[in-house]
Amino acid sequence: MIEFHLDSRSGVAPYMQLIHQVRHALRLGLLHEGDQLPKVKDVAAGLAINPNTVLKAYRELEYERLVAARPGVGTFVTGTLDGGSLAAHGPLRRELQRWLAKARRAGLDDESIEALFASTFRSASEENIA
Amino acid sequence: MTAVIQTERLGKRYRTRWALSDCTLSVPAGHVVGLVGPNGAGKTTLINLATGMLAPSAGTIEVLGGRPVDGPAQLARVGYLAQDAPLYAGLPVADHLRLGAHLNPGWDAELARSRVEGLGLDPKQKAGTLSGGQRAQLALTLAVAKRPELLILDEPVAGLDPLARREFLQDLMEAVAERQVSVVLSSHLISDLERACDYVIVLVDSRVRVAGPVDELLATHHLLSGPRRDPASLPDALQVISASHTDVQSTLLVRTSGLVFDPAWTVSEVGLEDLVLAYMKQAARPAPRNGHRRLEVQK
Repeated sequence: MIEFHLDSRSGVAPYMQLIHQVRHALRLGLLHEGDQLPKVKDVAAGLAINPNTVLKAYRELEYERLVAARPGVGTFVTGTLDGGSLAAHGPLRRELQRWLAKARRAGLDDESIEALFASTFRSASEENIA
Repeated sequence: MTAVIQTERLGKRYRTRWALSDCTLSVPAGHVVGLVGPNGAGKTTLINLATGMLAPSAGTIEVLGGRPVDGPAQLARVGYLAQDAPLYAGLPVADHLRLGAHLNPGWDAELARSRVEGLGLDPKQKAGTLSGGQRAQLALTLAVAKRPELLILDEPVAGLDPLARREFLQDLMEAVAERQVSVVLSSHLISDLERACDYVIVLVDSRVRVAGPVDELLATHHLLSGPRRDPASLPDALQVISASHTDVQSTLLVRTSGLVFDPAWTVSEVGLEDLVLAYMKQAARPAPRNGHRRLEVQK
């Protein structure tokens, strides 16, 4: 069983933090198919958060088909986050490293690189939505 | 779904001063409602109207579909915890539970007993010798064991240290998860309630500034920053909640149901605390007079 934690300074909505932590645990292999997620009541009591926040996170994960709720029993992991994508990480990371080296040679400091990445990432996702 | 609290132009006047005015609300069931505002804003007045401790000077209020003071049946449906967790200092913990059992028809003795045990309270200890956190927890136990449909808590964590505060809210959230009770709790600090609430009412200077589900409020408010400009030149769909300007830049907190398309603005999310503070600040400024409503941009 995993245990949730909340970072109240992160600015990320609590229900998103819960979702991220489940996804993260799935990616890292801390959660497997059939594992139970902490009970809503226990998460609410443990973190002093609204039970609706936990329900919202679990519903979202259900919608993504990563978990399923069994009424009266609990919420269980039903999906995995594609392990195949892990194989793609290596080459992508190497490309990114090459790009970073190029950016440094062009005189960009860490903050400029982060800002450039964030703004490009944002506009790319916006194009995808549109 | 029925509203737990429904008010229509509700007002309360003490002699010449309106402690609450023109308050129209409809709070749906199943929420944990944070009633926030600075001290003296009218939070306790609204709570006292909802619990029937006060009668309105204007307008109407319904709680769980009934009038607040409508006989024992109505009173049994609402649990109320007044400020500073009032208990009988000379009475032991066990006698408080006995009192609760005698005074409340729906009393859940097993729940009360197991909660007191879980809190590690000695049943023989007098309430007056408990710590502030323990007193608050015992008072919450009494209110929850009554098995109300609506729990109203007036500044329940104001006097508690951070650890006791967290423990109190943990207990409260557990009760909410277990019993599906609706909760209204007040605080002058939104940060106390941020995790617990999914509905917020901001009360300032005796008036409701904004009220709604937290998700909806966060989704419709944005922080815009960009080159300095006059808020009057903004499209009408953007309601400016707060604005600050430097000689070159403007930062605005706006409310809009749509998206902000103007590329001149950098749009960012706003947290609940900033959102609530912006509404509080808005009210703190004197009401704008006609002719000076808009910011004048100086060259």
